[in-house]
Amino acid sequence: MAKRIDVSGLSAFYGTHRAIDDISMTVEPRSVTAFIGPSGCGKSTFLRTLNRMHEVTPGGRVEGKVLLDDENLYASNVDPVTVRRTVGMVFQRPNPFPTMSIYDNVAAGLKLNGVRKKGELDTIVEKSLKGANLWNEVKDRLNRPGSGLSGGQQQRLCIARAIAVEPQVLLMDEPCSALDPISTLAIEDLIGELKSRFTIVIVTHNMQQAARVSDRTAFFNLAGVGQPGKLIEIDETERIFSNPSVQATEDYISGRFG
Amino acid sequence: MSHASSDAKPTPRVPAPDKLSSRRLPRWSPLAIAVGAVAIGAAIGAGAGLSSHIQWGLIALALFVLGSYAITARVEGTRQAKDRVATSLIWSSFVVAVIPLYSLVQTTISKGVKVLDGTFLTHSMNNVLTIQPGGGVYHAIIGTLEQVGIATVIAAPIGILTAVYLVEYGRGTLAKWVTFFVDVMTGVPSIVAGLFILSLWFVLVGSAPASGFAGSLALAILMLPVVVRSTEEMLKLVPNELREASLALGVPKWRTITKVVIPTAIGGITTGVMLAISRIAGESAPIALLVFGSNLINTNPFSGPQSSLPYYIYQQYGNGNDPSYNRAWAAALVLIAFVMILNAVARGIARWKAPKTGR
Repeated sequence: MAKRIDVSGLSAFYGTHRAIDDISMTVEPRSVTAFIGPSGCGKSTFLRTLNRMHEVTPGGRVEGKVLLDDENLYASNVDPVTVRRTVGMVFQRPNPFPTMSIYDNVAAGLKLNGVRKKGELDTIVEKSLKGANLWNEVKDRLNRPGSGLSGGQQQRLCIARAIAVEPQVLLMDEPCSALDPISTLAIEDLIGELKSRFTIVIVTHNMQQAARVSDRTAFFNLAGVGQPGKLIEIDETERIFSNPSVQATEDYISGRFG
Repeated sequence: MSHASSDAKPTPRVPAPDKLSSRRLPRWSPLAIAVGAVAIGAAIGAGAGLSSHIQWGLIALALFVLGSYAITARVEGTRQAKDRVATSLIWSSFVVAVIPLYSLVQTTISKGVKVLDGTFLTHSMNNVLTIQPGGGVYHAIIGTLEQVGIATVIAAPIGILTAVYLVEYGRGTLAKWVTFFVDVMTGVPSIVAGLFILSLWFVLVGSAPASGFAGSLALAILMLPVVVRSTEEMLKLVPNELREASLALGVPKWRTITKVVIPTAIGGITTGVMLAISRIAGESAPIALLVFGSNLINTNPFSGPQSSLPYYIYQQYGNGNDPSYNRAWAAALVLIAFVMILNAVARGIARWKAPKTGR
């Protein structure tokens, strides 16, 4: 199920602007890796290079290698659509499809990829909604529009939608930044459960959240405005938050920077 | 403010008010001012012996705007007076814009209902002399429905696909040229579209067209840019987050467009197509050039001349006698009703298909 990600020498560009520079790291399977760092340091850009969503942005371009269990995502014979089926993504703002019901939202990834059997879909929808801790709240209104749910429920719906296609890796781009503390707690609990099945990478601005949910933490920083973002260090979360090996990390975590 | 004088304490130009409440005009004052302005305007108009009621109305409008300013400025202050002037200008513009529409609909209905009945809707002009009463519009309704229908079948898919290309795929030179030519096409007069199809017909077929289908082609040319433009705007309104959400599920781009983007925008796209249909339903020039008009019922759009509602109106009005005038007005009423029904249907579809909040 879960796969290891090996990134080596990865740079990403918007047109001619180099957004992140020469990043190498390993993301362990069945674990949660958190990306922290100041705004604009390229965390989200880097996350989006891991399932080839970066190139959807006009002018988006990538150099370097991302190995998913020894297969390079950026090899010339790799179809980005297949990559995205293997590496799922949850976005910052909940974005359920407004034209679809709750059921159809969860089934969207399967239906749009040609799964038609009602029984099979029913099973997967129920399993995914249970996996996202949403089943009990929505089981009586599966045919209501997904956009009628609360923000936290919508985000869990998006997680259910992402795990319904059974990806190997789940990328989360600040999944709780638009949510209240209770919904955030629900999502964090969910991440703890999901990591037994998926490799999870989460971008967050909330350092307590990184400390709570992640096994390993990567700290990104940039030298200045207009400079590319760089990976400063990646280590066990406990070490990053107690005794980081780079001074800049300690400054950022303890609030002393600038 | 210069730095040299910064040590001098600046006196605020507008002192803070001592209390929050102030003198206000009553809620009915705009209405009272409007009634007063109309009364004085009518009095001045009648007194000065102005024959045109439009002049009376313009005097009343000017009095209304000036009066609102003067009265509000005296009672409430100049800022409120400016606000009141802006409001009264907008209301005046609204009235000025609605009067012609009201007058048009009212005239058409009052003159059109004279001969509009079941017979009129179900009979053609076959064997009816132009100076006789009677006859009907059935053949023209058939013609309009078929020509507009065929034009829609041609133009709507091409237009929607062009818009999809421009919004979802178009980068670089080709997209720029397509956009440019769509803009140019928006300005093509209907007679030019008709002449284009006419000359094309002569080159390809070698004879004059005289069929509803040729008219449909010209109408499709007129309809295409409207469909492209409105669809483009609607597709641009679909949030990029939805496209990304779908792509991130491993859904191919074409399925993302057909299953997520277009369904989200379908209400607006339908409205755009309906408005484009309304626009071409009133065209008479290409019909006169290409379909020739006819007094007989011809249900085959691919052979033989047909009529259409706008052409029928033109033809009847040109006859220059009372029974024909009545028929022209009744046909105009039928055409307006046709367009209004289409718009109502479009609004219904837009509301029905709009993304639901479900709260």
